[in-house]
Amino acid sequence: MYDIEKIYQATSVEDAIKHLVADPDSLIIAGGSDILIKIHEGKLAGCSLVSIYGLDELRGVTLQEDGRIKIGPLTSFSHITKDPIIQSYIPVLGDAVDEVGGPQVRNIGTIGGNISNGVTSADSASTLFALNAELEITGPNGSKIIPIKDYYLGPGRVDLKNGELLTAIYIQKDNYENYYGCYIKYAMRDAMDIATLGCSVSCKLNHDKTHLEDVRLAYGVAGPVPMRCPETEEAVKGMAISETLFDVFGKTALTEVRPRDSWRASKILRLQLAEELCKRALKEAIRRAGGEC
Amino acid sequence: MLMAKVQLHLFVNGEEHDLIIDDRSSLLDVLRNELHLNSVKKGCEVGECGACTVLINEETIDSCIYLAIWAQGKHIRTLEGLMDEEGNLSDIQQAFIDEAAVQCGFCTPGFIMAAIPILENDEAFTRDDIRKHLAGNLCRCTGYENIINAIEKTKNKRMHKQ
Repeated sequence: MYDIEKIYQATSVEDAIKHLVADPDSLIIAGGSDILIKIHEGKLAGCSLVSIYGLDELRGVTLQEDGRIKIGPLTSFSHITKDPIIQSYIPVLGDAVDEVGGPQVRNIGTIGGNISNGVTSADSASTLFALNAELEITGPNGSKIIPIKDYYLGPGRVDLKNGELLTAIYIQKDNYENYYGCYIKYAMRDAMDIATLGCSVSCKLNHDKTHLEDVRLAYGVAGPVPMRCPETEEAVKGMAISETLFDVFGKTALTEVRPRDSWRASKILRLQLAEELCKRALKEAIRRAGGEC
Repeated sequence: MLMAKVQLHLFVNGEEHDLIIDDRSSLLDVLRNELHLNSVKKGCEVGECGACTVLINEETIDSCIYLAIWAQGKHIRTLEGLMDEEGNLSDIQQAFIDEAAVQCGFCTPGFIMAAIPILENDEAFTRDDIRKHLAGNLCRCTGYENIINAIEKTKNKRMHKQ
């Protein structure tokens, strides 16, 4: 039996908002794979929950008329990986969430829960940063759309005010069309493990596929929250695909990341990983884009 | 702590059930304590060991980190549902015996349930694919090779029958 004060099952987004406003101390539970574990460990013992798990309106992936890809925050990791729209347009996101936990956890865990925990190691987060994802937040005063980088306020904290919930994740067409990505998770095991470092690269090549027209680099566990490396991106834009490109990419990334020592790995190891993984991810992304390196 | 009794209507191994449960229960507790399906093992209780694996609408989940109230109207399958009406073992259960894929046996029902989506999928699975699908199940006796052998052989037999 879970040590829960009370649990309310929301019947719609409006209903969830109403209950979150009425009970400001209550927590939103989506797939539960993090919250229920914390309750079990005693960390959230006695909490009140508002379950949004039953809200099918927040599930699924759709291609909007304007070319935006809309991802329902309650879509499970396995459904994202298997989704034909994800496979056609942003396969890197399907690959990234396929690295989460094991199959049972990927069947229950949701992408919205993954980013709303605010943890830096979330496998979906760095790739969503690299795709310039936008988040729709709905609250008592209606909806607003914010860039994903503004969602993260600090470790374990996201910008959800009382009564607000994440209701959609959007990827603009400009951000995925002709872009090819690669996510590399470095962890001690191949499954059921949290990333020591995660690195996601998304890139676009020029017409003859010899130069890097645009690139976006994002990390998880390289700082307190998932992060982009804007200086690194600027440093290599327009460069010819060459060893110099990869050297500049890796070296500049090192100046931007801010990893720390933790029981999982030392700062020195994480720095080494940050330099190496971004090069490997960029090489693979270039290969996927049809370039040679 | 407030307790709320709620009604739960669900299908387990094809049978319809109407239960009154405490809304704080995990699905694991309801399956074991209310429906006495003791194949569903209580292991780590934090979704790491996979011993409590059941299928919900044909997808594997750890029933320890699934609220029973979420199972409203859903179809659940446990190991008990694999046997035929006379209680004969299914091919995959027999294969676990034949391949000596059972040591202490505690992880076995979870492993077998995790294998069901592999066996019921029309596509071929490499040994590596099978490993990946079993990554959410732990065997503390570390008898993994025989478990993979049992699943691979059953999969091959089913593929050839088609």
